[in-house]
Amino acid sequence: MNQWKNFTKGFIKENPTFTLLLGMCPTLGVTTSAINGMGMGLATAFVLVMSNMVISIVRNGIPDKVHIPSYIVIIASFVTVVELCMQAYTPSLYKSLGIFIPLIVVNCIVLGRAEAFASKNNVLSSVLDGLGMGLGFTMSLTLLGAIREFLGSGKIFGFQIYSDHYGILLFVLAPGAFIVLGYLMAIINKIKKA
Amino acid sequence: MATKKDSFLNMVLVLFLVTFFSAAILGFVYNITKAPIEKAAEKTQEAALKAILPEFNTLGKSQMIAPEDGGDSLEFFPAYNKSKELVGMAVKTTTNKGFGGLIEMMVGFKPDGNIFGYQVLKHQETPGLGARMTTWFKDITHPKRNIIGKNPGKINFTVNKDGGDIDAMTASTITSRAFLEAVKRAYKQYIVSFAANNDSNLKGGKQ
Repeated sequence: MNQWKNFTKGFIKENPTFTLLLGMCPTLGVTTSAINGMGMGLATAFVLVMSNMVISIVRNGIPDKVHIPSYIVIIASFVTVVELCMQAYTPSLYKSLGIFIPLIVVNCIVLGRAEAFASKNNVLSSVLDGLGMGLGFTMSLTLLGAIREFLGSGKIFGFQIYSDHYGILLFVLAPGAFIVLGYLMAIINKIKKA
Repeated sequence: MATKKDSFLNMVLVLFLVTFFSAAILGFVYNITKAPIEKAAEKTQEAALKAILPEFNTLGKSQMIAPEDGGDSLEFFPAYNKSKELVGMAVKTTTNKGFGGLIEMMVGFKPDGNIFGYQVLKHQETPGLGARMTTWFKDITHPKRNIIGKNPGKINFTVNKDGGDIDAMTASTITSRAFLEAVKRAYKQYIVSFAANNDSNLKGGKQ
């Protein structure tokens, strides 16, 4: 049961975006559309799972004083792997996410989970934690992107729902990201209290 | 939890091993993805060329030409039909004056200097405002915005706010100015470099 908890706590209870408020920069930056949010979320989830796994394997072999640099090197390697693969196989997504892909390295969720969880727990728990957190992040970003895309340009995942003449431009721009994020956070808090 | 001691040797050894394995993995992935990445880039360029040029049979070798006024180099891609006549020229041009900085695009000219098409390759303009340039200037239902089929040498190729003949994007005059400037730069160099040795084809385009 405990392992199940490790997996699901990232969804709502410790959702990285809405509860822990980690990784705000890519959250606000890339969620102009649902597909961008999802791509970013999945890329981060992959890095999270892999880095959590490797870090929990090697955690006992790393002296305390150099653990942060070692973790960052491990994380950065996985990010570069993701970046190269995206560039090769999904060039259009790579183009729209742009600078935010290499910036996964400094996303606080990844290092945060490595520090707070993977460095203290066994491999299975760490992988589940990474997967749960990653999926939680993906869901939040997709939701945020879908709402912004719907209000801003009348589309969801690129399908036109209503004419984009009536779209509220503000929601595609940066202020819209803050507004939607704020409301979503309020709703999630309400759900958690209930 | 039994972590290793913080001795100097341990730290050096661990850091070396971590970076060594990371480098090995990265080298491996880089080798696998190198070919697909190049292919993807080529495909994007080819698709852009097909979209902005009249139907062509073969592409000539691309040429980099530095304009005399000292701006960045422009890349020219000549396109020929079956009988080796020039049917169009695609020019890769850039400007730094966009609202979000660099705008990179490709403009296709017919031999007479008329614009056949364009495609914005890279930009950071505001979505919903400046980013509309990707379609705004090829909207043939609005003859005053559309630049397709027009000749930058024959009309006043600036935005209406500056007394020109092209309607700027509403609320995005800066982007519009930058866009037209980049197109004009491509046109000017095209005429300078290719009108001389291809006079008969280009007569219409002289200013």
